[in-house]
Amino acid sequence: MAMKHRAGATLALLMTTALLVAGCNGGDSEAPAENELYKNPVTLTWWHNASQDGPGKTYWEKVAKDFSALHPTVTVQIEAIETNQLQRTRLPAALLSSDPPDIFQAWGGGEMREQVEADYLKDITGQVKDEVANIGSATEIWQVNGKQYGLPYRMGIEGIWYNKDMFAKAGITAPPTTFEELNQAVTKLKAINVIPIALGAGDKWPAAHWWYNFALRACSVDTLKKASVEPVFDDPCFVKAGQDLKTFIGTNPFQPNFIATPGQNDPTSANGLVANGKAAMELMGDWNRGTLETVAEDKQALTKFLGWFPVPAIAGSAGDPKAALGGGDGFACAKNAPAECVEFLKYIVSPEVQKGFAETRTGLPVAKGAEAGVADPALKSILEATSSATYVQLWLDTAFGSTVGSAMNDAIIAIFAGNGTPEKVVEAMKAAAKK
Amino acid sequence: MTSTNPTLSPAGGMSVPPAGPPAARRPSSRAAETRRKWYEIIGLTTPAVVVYVMFVLVPMGFAVYYSLFRWRGVGPPTEFVGFNNYVLAFQDPIFLDALRNNAIIVFGSLLIQGPIALAVALLLNRRFRGRTVVRLLVFVPYVLAEVTVGIMWKLLLTGGGTVDALLKQIGLGNFVQAWLADLDVVIWTMLFVLTWKYVGFAIVLLLAGLSNVPPELTEAAAIDGASWWQTQRHVTLPLLGPTFRIWMFLSMIGSLQAFEVIWVTSVPAVRSLGASATMATYMVDNGFFARLWGYGNAVAVILFAISFIAALLFQRFLLRRDIEGAVTGRRN
Repeated sequence: MAMKHRAGATLALLMTTALLVAGCNGGDSEAPAENELYKNPVTLTWWHNASQDGPGKTYWEKVAKDFSALHPTVTVQIEAIETNQLQRTRLPAALLSSDPPDIFQAWGGGEMREQVEADYLKDITGQVKDEVANIGSATEIWQVNGKQYGLPYRMGIEGIWYNKDMFAKAGITAPPTTFEELNQAVTKLKAINVIPIALGAGDKWPAAHWWYNFALRACSVDTLKKASVEPVFDDPCFVKAGQDLKTFIGTNPFQPNFIATPGQNDPTSANGLVANGKAAMELMGDWNRGTLETVAEDKQALTKFLGWFPVPAIAGSAGDPKAALGGGDGFACAKNAPAECVEFLKYIVSPEVQKGFAETRTGLPVAKGAEAGVADPALKSILEATSSATYVQLWLDTAFGSTVGSAMNDAIIAIFAGNGTPEKVVEAMKAAAKK
Repeated sequence: MTSTNPTLSPAGGMSVPPAGPPAARRPSSRAAETRRKWYEIIGLTTPAVVVYVMFVLVPMGFAVYYSLFRWRGVGPPTEFVGFNNYVLAFQDPIFLDALRNNAIIVFGSLLIQGPIALAVALLLNRRFRGRTVVRLLVFVPYVLAEVTVGIMWKLLLTGGGTVDALLKQIGLGNFVQAWLADLDVVIWTMLFVLTWKYVGFAIVLLLAGLSNVPPELTEAAAIDGASWWQTQRHVTLPLLGPTFRIWMFLSMIGSLQAFEVIWVTSVPAVRSLGASATMATYMVDNGFFARLWGYGNAVAVILFAISFIAALLFQRFLLRRDIEGAVTGRRN
């Protein structure tokens, strides 16, 4: 008797629950976008990653306000979310629930490829031809199968940030252009008792980027392009990259206990070592100008001693010596976003808005006509190097997507820790592609 | 603010309807009685059960479901792979490292925190000047947020940091280690930080248990000529048993799920090499950061199964007498 009652109660409960769950999912079909622009009032939700109070966040607020002033029918609702949270949980969950923001941060590469395959993004190829022409080859990172799904607003290549004073003291007359010269510089810097190269291996990617650069030098551009589309990695150049890296680590160019050193954000990080005159070099992207400044005790001294040079070439290797690794930030519009979304995206990458972005010093602009906003000499040299690079390869972990990228970074870190091998990196990448 | 609620009496208490004469228990009203009893049970438990089902059981069901797919969180899961994710987990040496690290934390916490907590609790149970201050200090680490504790110890233990300097100052320079960078040392560093953080909880729990020991018993023992130590050994400790076992249970479950302190104190590289990973950090690293959502769910289910089995075994063998009649059936 009691059992029967209990079963009945449980059934009723389950049905209620099912109804509630169903209620949460249903009734969410949105009307398709209006054909005529700026006729009806629309609200654009915008998720970006400038979550920390500062010039970047303030600037996007201004951009949203200016756009609404130009087009009074459009209201922009901003949500600023920390990068990891945005990329790893918030965006995937929002996209899955079919209620995504209209315009949101997009990093291009493998992740965007997956988003396009799931039909999450708006194809904007036809509407942004002028913008693509003005920005140039950087837009390729936000393309999938030749179609444009997003546009960058920040882009830069990575290189080596260095301390000019230390170089002078160690008797290094010109920035190294080959790895032999870099090795000689390391020896000279050891002689004056400074850390030759700071490495934030604790965060994994700053160390993995060394492998990426060896791969860029060892692999032909075609091999790299193919690997981004088809995760095969059979070319021996990927093993060669690991071997070259192992040899380089063998010269002990890094600070002790680099495996636990964070990349940026605090004085004990690799950034801190460079910014406060303890280490001479660091391999890092264009954003480093800003992150070094946040941890520098003496910001003026930093501006005086800081220099930048491209990653040196390796003599006799298959890779293009003028190719560089880089990456950027961009925005994409959700599949069902109103047409105004694309107009807003175009506004963000217009030279005028880009110039203002450059003046915030949070990154390098991509649009031609915005160069005037870049004043810092180190950033200027990156801008020049970016435009003179023959080929810009997107960060390999972004290009290959998070799954392969993450396994690759872990296996590279094992080489740094002394218990990995060049072959295991490739094995891990292949295994992850199947996971 | 004045209350307009008519059920509130002017005194502020709930007005109680006048109690009628006790209903005569006639056989014909038994059914009504049973029905009333069931309405009461359903009425009182439904909100809690609905919340439990919606936010505990349903997500658990989803986790099991998703764990059977090869799914990267883009589009709905479509590629059914059966138990392959579970097989992959047990084939991954890093996951096995995480299991070993969890075992170290479970047994390390019990073996280190237990004796310390017992000794300190017995000490703090005696009257002495400044007892309240000491009790407060002991409990402070437990009250601090995990992230705060993680960042604090990360800064203290960094190479050439405060801990290293302190050890050198007191002539123990030889003991200085790469606390957070040496892959063989780091799990013990984590155990130390976790001990520092959670021992206060054990102490407070045991103190509460001690205050439940009737003073008559210890007085009687004293009158019989028992020394302080004999009193503790033969009167206090046996009566503290239930509290101690409950602490062991909570400590074990907490250790199996250790996440925040390790996530913050230990850098990603050291975690991904297996040196400091726990099942929970492994789950987040793989589920969200490597975007293996199906696989991450499988790890979550394994973590759940291990915790659940450990909890059941513990209840069956160690907590049996303490929770008799409440969780288990009544013993006849």
